[in-house]
Order: sequence, then C-alpha cells, then structure tokens
Amino acid sequence: MDRARGVILLFASLLVFWLVLSGTAASDVVLVGIAAAAVIAMAFAGNLSFLAEFRATPSAVVAAFLYVGYFAKELVKANLAVARIVTSPALPLNPGFVKVRTRLKSRVGRALLANSITLTPGTLTVEMEGEWLYIHWVSVESPEVEAATAAIVAGFEHYLEAMYG
Amino acid sequence: MLDLVGAFLLLAGTVFLLLGGLGLVRMPDLFTRIQAGTKATTLGTLLSLGGIACLRPDWALKLAVIGLFVLFTNPLSSQVLARAAHRIGTAKAPETAIDRLAEDKGEA
Amino acid sequence: MVELVVTIAAGLAGLAFLLALFRFLKGPSDADRVVAFDVLTIIAITGIALVALAEGRGIYLDVAVVYALLSFLGVIVVARYLERGL
Repeated sequence: MDRARGVILLFASLLVFWLVLSGTAASDVVLVGIAAAAVIAMAFAGNLSFLAEFRATPSAVVAAFLYVGYFAKELVKANLAVARIVTSPALPLNPGFVKVRTRLKSRVGRALLANSITLTPGTLTVEMEGEWLYIHWVSVESPEVEAATAAIVAGFEHYLEAMYG
Repeated sequence: MLDLVGAFLLLAGTVFLLLGGLGLVRMPDLFTRIQAGTKATTLGTLLSLGGIACLRPDWALKLAVIGLFVLFTNPLSSQVLARAAHRIGTAKAPETAIDRLAEDKGEA
Repeated sequence: MVELVVTIAAGLAGLAFLLALFRFLKGPSDADRVVAFDVLTIIAITGIALVALAEGRGIYLDVAVVYALLSFLGVIVVARYLERGL
C-alpha cells in the first residue's frame, strides 16, 4: 500500500510541475504530461519524492508549517551573519569541521536536515555517514559532539522528527 | 503599493547577491567561500525573484518554481562540492581550528 | 521609479557577477573555480529574470528554468569528477 501511495503522490506532484511549467491547459499538452508523469512515477516511486515518507498526520502538517517558518528565520539570520563577516575589515573567522549526531531515521528527513543546516548560520554539511554528520562551521563555538549537536541540529530536528520520524 | 514592495525586495536581493560575490573574493579558503557563496546567493535569488513577482504578478507561479528549484538544489550542489573538495584534500585556511572529519578518516 | 530600481538592481547583480568572475579566473584550486561558476550561474538566473522584466517578455523565464537545471547538473558532474575522475 505504501508503494501505491508513493506512486500517486509522485505522479500528482510531477503533473502539477508540468502544468505550471507549460502554463496551458490544452488537451494535447496535458495528455503528454500525464503520460510522462505516469512513466516516471512508476519507475521511481519510493525513491524520489520528499512526500513519500511524510507522516501526513495533523501534528506532522503543523510541524511542517512551523518548520518552514523557522527555516525562513534561520535563513535570514544566516545571511545577516555572512553580511557582517564579509563586510568587516578583519574577517572574524574561526573555522573548523565538527561532528554531530541526528536522531532522525528517515532518509528524506536526514536529507532535509542536511540541506537546512547548509542554509543556516555559519554551517555547511560536508559528509554524512548514517546518523553522523560532519559540518564545516565558520565560527566553531564548541568542538564537542554533544554541544555542537545542540547548537546546530536540535532546532530543525525537533520539527523534522514530527514530520518524518 | 505592490510596486514599492517589489522594488524593495529586488534591491535587497541584489544587495545579497553582491555580498555573496564579495564573500567569494574575500574569504580565505574554499569551504568558507562555499558558505558565503551559497547562503547569500540563495536568499538573494529568492528575494529578487519575489520582487519581480510583485512587479509582474502574472509571472508569480513560474518565478516560484524557479525559486523553489534554487532553494532545493543550491545547498545540495554546495554539499557535494564541499565533500569532493575535502576528500581530495583541498587546502584549508590556516585558522581552521579542528577537523573531526579528517581525524575520523585517520588522516590527522 | 520602477525602471530606475531595475537599473540599479541590474548594476548590483552585474557587480556581483564581476566579483565572482574574479574568483573564477583566480582560482587557485579547481574546486574554487567550480564554486565561482556555481555562483555565476545563480546570479545569471536573476539576471535573466531582470532581462525578462525589462523587456516584458515572460518567455525568457523558461530560459532561466532550463539554465538553473543545467547549472545544477554541471556542478554535480564536476564535483564527482574532482572526487574520482569520470
């Protein structure tokens, strides 16, 4: 049943994408879109869609909205931090690579976590190995796993855990 | 009114693009350059596209597609590139205090 | 007013483009050039959207879509190549 759900979700999102890109509802265009989306959805179901492992419970939907808001806030903060560093004559940097651990089990959840970390203040995901993530940090506050995890991962993990588990 | 918002977003966005370019030139090593480049250009692009969407509301949907695409792919390509650069041992800035990744691989 | 803003925005984006181009030419490593290339293409997406706005031609946005796609693939391919050859 999970597979059927994955196929349908992927098919629907691909078709919407196609319709937005082509910007018309002419029947031939729509037919081509349906055919292409169906083939791709059946070939790649369960692999591609970030909807596939989503829990789709009310609390997960709420968490998704909160996640987007938190992400937007962090993205703006990250950019103000970058702006401050590159415009100051002394370039205040203390770079390093730290190791953090995530509790997330879902692959999609981990991928979203890695992407979120890259876009938030001073951190860039460099390598992932199972539950361990290696992060390049522009200004290392703590080299220890626990403290770095609390500073970098905890904020996003809280929401992503409700969304993907 | 919408024009004003659009103009403001467009200017803010291109200022962030400029900061990204500045970071690319000023940062001391590859990894810090990737950081400045990715973050500033992602927000810069999103703001600029949002500004253009305010000026031309009929284009909003297509601009949103471009924005979403950039939002998902930009961090990904940075991560892949940073990983490749670390694996082939690209020079790190002398200030780099600690490298747990190299330690765990038994290089340090 | 809008026209003036678009001109200023294009100037700022152009300046950003020149800075990234400097890094692209200077390197020093191949990876540095790829980062600069990545940033150049992202600035170009905004540039294309600005041209579309100035000319009033929405069709140019499709160019930006394809450009975003190709630049992403390009960066991934080059990163893979740096890692272990093709």
